[in-house]
Amino acid sequence: MIEFNINDRKVRAGQGWTILETARHYGLDIPALCYHESVAPSGACRLCMVELREGSWSRLVASCIYPVQQGINVYTETERVQNIRRWIFEMLLAACPASQEIKELAARYGVVSTRFPIHDPDQTCMVCGLCSRVCEEVVGLSAISTVDRGVHKKVSSPFLRPTDICVACGCCVSVCPTGAMQAIFDSVRGEPVMQLTQLTA
Amino acid sequence: MSNPNAALEVMDWRLKSAGDLTALQKQILETRDPNRPEIVVCHGSGCMANGSPKVTDAIKAALAKAGIQAGVIPGIKTTGCQGFCSRGPLVLIRPQGLFYQQVQPDDGEEIVERTIVKGEPIKRLLYKLPETGETVFTEQEIPFYKLQERIVLHNIGKIDPSEITDTIAAGGYQALAKALSTMTPEQVVAEVEQSGLRGRGGAGFPTGRKWRSALNAVAKKGRPVYVVVNGDEGDPGAFMDRTIMEGDPHAVLEGLIIGAYALGAEQGFLYVRAEYPLAIKHLEIAMFQARELGLLGENILNSGFSFDVRINRGAGAFVCGESTALFTSIEGKPGNPRPKYVRSVEEGLWGRPTVLNNVETWANIPQIISKGAGWYSGLGVPHSTGTKVFSLVGKVNNVGLVEVPMGVPVSKIVEEIGGGVPGGSPFKAVQTGGPSGGCIPYELRNTAVDFDSLTQAGSMMGSGAMIVMDERDCVVDVGRYFLRFLEEESCGKCLPCRLGLTRMREILDNFSRGLGTENDIEDLISLAQAVQDGSLCALGSSAPNPVLTTIRYFKTEYIAHVRDQKCPAGVCKDLITYVIDPELCTGCRSCARQCPNNCITGEKKTVHVIDPNQCIRCGICMETCKVGAIKVN
Repeated sequence: MIEFNINDRKVRAGQGWTILETARHYGLDIPALCYHESVAPSGACRLCMVELREGSWSRLVASCIYPVQQGINVYTETERVQNIRRWIFEMLLAACPASQEIKELAARYGVVSTRFPIHDPDQTCMVCGLCSRVCEEVVGLSAISTVDRGVHKKVSSPFLRPTDICVACGCCVSVCPTGAMQAIFDSVRGEPVMQLTQLTA
Repeated sequence: MSNPNAALEVMDWRLKSAGDLTALQKQILETRDPNRPEIVVCHGSGCMANGSPKVTDAIKAALAKAGIQAGVIPGIKTTGCQGFCSRGPLVLIRPQGLFYQQVQPDDGEEIVERTIVKGEPIKRLLYKLPETGETVFTEQEIPFYKLQERIVLHNIGKIDPSEITDTIAAGGYQALAKALSTMTPEQVVAEVEQSGLRGRGGAGFPTGRKWRSALNAVAKKGRPVYVVVNGDEGDPGAFMDRTIMEGDPHAVLEGLIIGAYALGAEQGFLYVRAEYPLAIKHLEIAMFQARELGLLGENILNSGFSFDVRINRGAGAFVCGESTALFTSIEGKPGNPRPKYVRSVEEGLWGRPTVLNNVETWANIPQIISKGAGWYSGLGVPHSTGTKVFSLVGKVNNVGLVEVPMGVPVSKIVEEIGGGVPGGSPFKAVQTGGPSGGCIPYELRNTAVDFDSLTQAGSMMGSGAMIVMDERDCVVDVGRYFLRFLEEESCGKCLPCRLGLTRMREILDNFSRGLGTENDIEDLISLAQAVQDGSLCALGSSAPNPVLTTIRYFKTEYIAHVRDQKCPAGVCKDLITYVIDPELCTGCRSCARQCPNNCITGEKKTVHVIDPNQCIRCGICMETCKVGAIKVN
């Protein structure tokens, strides 16, 4: 048992737990988009950042990947934490304007508008990587991955071409936090080889 | 080079003890006449791009023609970067150290006929002091060199990096022999700890402490443990590591082998960016020659310690200089950084304890071992011991590679060694630390160049690129430049960096067009804070530094852009116009003929006028005008 504090409240966690897992266990609210219980956390969306403090020392860490330690003081609503969340939500509203899920989560944290220009009004994918991780870790196929670097990063199948490595299990669609995977899935899977009507002939 | 050990089966050159190495050094020195003249041509990447191989060929041809007696014919040596890059191609006549600059292939014959045969220096090729015009004959007397302390660079420009005999003659591998025969691994780590050496790649983490943590990790988890050289030097303007790898590859190898011995590593990796083919070539030659002599590979110097190394090439990603991304790259995966809550010394390459250090850090190790921690910690200042190599570039007269003890003021590097800004005006700011660093403005020119002083001033040491800026450099434009660079190089995994850098750059783009408000500056600072606090790796978290420091020291310039729609430096194209000074214009029509947009009107011999609505601010007219009549408004 590891004892530590979240927002000055004492909590207990098991060995190897993360701060986010502990918070969720206690029903404490920390937002996260790229986190799903079925796959290993990656710390990519940074919405789950929390602040560790000890006297005058402080450090911001991603709670989904930070292993709990005895006696640490975790704060989830500090100024720096809220600043990170506010700007990530504003950027997400501009980058994925078509995602209802992002709008709802952002509104829960007080962000309802964005000062940033919208370049692609139909975009929903935030490249969180959950789809890719579930296909690798749970399904074991790695039919999709995040490809390319930086602002060009996107989710795709090898060589950006439809592939039948994908078996249409739907795991990626079910872990996708923004509803983007449905459309991407269509381009990954491509046209089915045989139409269902042929089978029933 | 398919089987480097094949040579051993025919003839065994392997040194089998420290004594063998010393004997070989003595043997080499005995065959060399220290008074025999040697023509040294700089074959560093800079001078090579400037044509030095043709200079070498011309000198060789001239020597062959001159019919000098075989016994006294001078040798020709090609070396790594001599450092005074703005004066290249460089040719030195040693041992006297006669320093010829801006040498062309056509000068080859004259150098042989006059200097070699007749012993006459050629005045027009000699360096002249800028203030007095006085001629300087030798490299030792040139202020650019005199004011430096070349410790890490001590061999570069003197040895041929593809001839291990040069390295051995200069004392190479003596430190390794000393470590293997008289020191325990623990003693080696202690020596590095006591030297106070801090990482030269940018972060300045104490090297001894890193090695100590690795030793502890190995004690807990066992082997394998890996040692890795970070040769991915990616900061724009930086070429320190390139010079060391090209010009003295054995310094890096020797340091690495010593480190491997200290930590118990059997395998090492040299991660070198693909854009450094000469460095890779010289490292490969050095590895081959070191293996031949038993200084690398199985049973080094018969000590029982075996260690070998392989080169991994980068593939064009700046982010792969970040330690965890570098590891994933070596592992064969895309270079995406991993969160660093467990340190690499515990879980690095393939989850094993790993020590990654920068090229310059490794190159310091041999001298720390051979001359001792006491000697090293006497250089520099208490919390930043030793020296640092800087690439001094930008608006400075003496562009090149500079090595100074830690703690000298910025002004000494830029003004005394660098010769100041062309034209003589004071510099505006010096950018240190590349895209992760910040600006030191002229008012802070006495800031000591050491890790802590630079951090306190809002910048950082970084890898060593020092970019000098003058009044014609716009801080908003500089901020945009670094953000664009990092936007391109971001791995894209985390939101603050992938989205944040682009959003920040868009705000700066607006400023450069005179759009935006002072409120936007405050938003920019707030967003920058989020990017600093939220990014997964140091690429993102340090990206706002150039913008934040320029706002800190040059806020009025930002305000001029947004409030007054002016670019004081005359750079941001949307905010400047080009005007022809009617007092100076001779009406020659040259500019009008060159203008790609036909913006310039005026009859021959009458004052010309630029139409600002058509003008695209390409600057061609300004370059063409022979009387300097065209100015930026």
